Amino acid sequence: MDGMSLLTITVLAVFVGFEVVSKVSSTLHTPLMSGANAIHGIILVGAIIVAGQAGDPWVLAIALLAVVLATANLVGGFVVTDRMLEMFRGRQRPPSNPGVAGESGSVEPAKKERRQ
Amino acid sequence: MTLLNPTWTALLYLAAAACFILALKGLNSPRTARRGNLIGAFGALLAVVTVFVSVKLDNIPWILGAIAVGAGVAAPVARRVQMTQMPQLVALFNGVGGGAAALVAFLELSHTEDAWVRLAIVFTLLVGAVSFAGSAVTFAKLQGLMTTRPVTFPGLPVLMALVLIAAIAAGAVVVVGGSPGWGIVLLILGLGAGVLLVLPVGGADVPIVISLLNAFTGLAVAASGLVLGNVLLVVAGTLVGASGTILTRAMAAAMGRSVAGIMFGAFKGGSTAGSTVVSERPVRSSSAEDVAVLLGYAQRVIIVPGYGLAVAQGQHTAAELALALEARGIEVDFAIHPVAGRMPGHMNVLLAEANVPYESLKEMSDINSEFKTTDVALVVGANDVVNPAAKTTSGSPIYGMPILEVADARQVVFLKRSMRPGFAGIENELLHEPQTTLLFGDAKDSLTKVLGAVKAL
Repeated sequence: MDGMSLLTITVLAVFVGFEVVSKVSSTLHTPLMSGANAIHGIILVGAIIVAGQAGDPWVLAIALLAVVLATANLVGGFVVTDRMLEMFRGRQRPPSNPGVAGESGSVEPAKKERRQ
Repeated sequence: MTLLNPTWTALLYLAAAACFILALKGLNSPRTARRGNLIGAFGALLAVVTVFVSVKLDNIPWILGAIAVGAGVAAPVARRVQMTQMPQLVALFNGVGGGAAALVAFLELSHTEDAWVRLAIVFTLLVGAVSFAGSAVTFAKLQGLMTTRPVTFPGLPVLMALVLIAAIAAGAVVVVGGSPGWGIVLLILGLGAGVLLVLPVGGADVPIVISLLNAFTGLAVAASGLVLGNVLLVVAGTLVGASGTILTRAMAAAMGRSVAGIMFGAFKGGSTAGSTVVSERPVRSSSAEDVAVLLGYAQRVIIVPGYGLAVAQGQHTAAELALALEARGIEVDFAIHPVAGRMPGHMNVLLAEANVPYESLKEMSDINSEFKTTDVALVVGANDVVNPAAKTTSGSPIYGMPILEVADARQVVFLKRSMRPGFAGIENELLHEPQTTLLFGDAKDSLTKVLGAVKAL
């Protein structure tokens, strides 16, 4: 692809990047940082290309190190983000612990009665 | 294998890029965030499969083995890490990504004579190395492997300037066609610059640096995309660079600080290290039982969790206390300051982990007007984020930072470790007000005692 097209794409991506995060609430700042962190792990694609074209053993070794690091960034990033987000659950969703579910279920009506 | 022609390859990369945009967009709301992250992971998988079927690759068994090693190490760590240790894990993943980008650029150095491509290589090498070394220092600070206080020494600014000048000179040599040996020099200078950049940053500013380095890695990945002529890397890296920049500014703004002030504050001697002066003025301290009575007979309680709660890992006890109070018919909410915890939004994650539904987690702008109708504001391990000096004392370091207006509540209870001022090192007048009660001790211990006393009421 020629330089001008790449420049056009880069500038447009800057605006998209600004736009998609400008309205994120502070509640989600940490998962957002972590999610963005996972996305730049896509350097794995570059590391694979370089490793796949390596002839010299030293070049291959360095490229494979890059593959390992990039995979750690990509896989670890998405997994840790998912773990964070798994915990954001609303009241309606069934909690993982059935004991807690029964307790909070019985608390809700009692709470309303007492307030009146 | 080259099963795909360039058109299909480009289309699949475009689909992956769209997935990344949808991922960031999904993270706008708690309801769609998890799906958004999965869409992002799907996009990444799509891109990796695409590269295997579109480019003629040698060494495929080796590559698959390396992927297995990377995933095999990272996934279990990410699965098992304590939520309080998550900031340093994000720093670590960010650092290795920057390192990978620098290595890729280094290997491309011998493949090109084009000066523009070489310029992109220089940029990737430097920024990737800065991100790697900076993240490593950040990790060490957060993990407690080194002091979290700013580390400065005379001549640090001069040394930093020398390293940068040397890096620019070495970069110029590489651009005009120097040997790969100069690339190694550039890598080393980048690593040095990364260490020097993060050393003087202390305490609660470290998370903002993680966000900044995250943006750096994004830019390095975008530049490596220019080197390899790969549009997906350009788009994904630029997205992260741009969104990371905005996020860094948002985090700094929430603390009433500028990014430049955080990065270079210690250089100018305006260090943010907390003062250790213990105030001698009288306060009203009280027992856990008294606090339990205050809470147990209130109509409405707002809990304000802070850094101290995160450090003491008291989030589960705080959640239990909220449940116990709700069982008594009391309306309980958590008021979350944007920078409470160790990272912006970190407190939400910690409380979510403790099964507090996110409807109970109120943002500052939503809950500030409700303190007026609140009986008890329970401040757990927070100080600066409720300090009225941010509104009233124009000379104060935190002047202008938005705060939670706990002073409006009828009673304010502070669970504090000691009378030491908070991170910003300024005294909190609120501690001496008549409506304020203090309970000294570790946040988790105090919460446990109060919880026991509430249950005994």
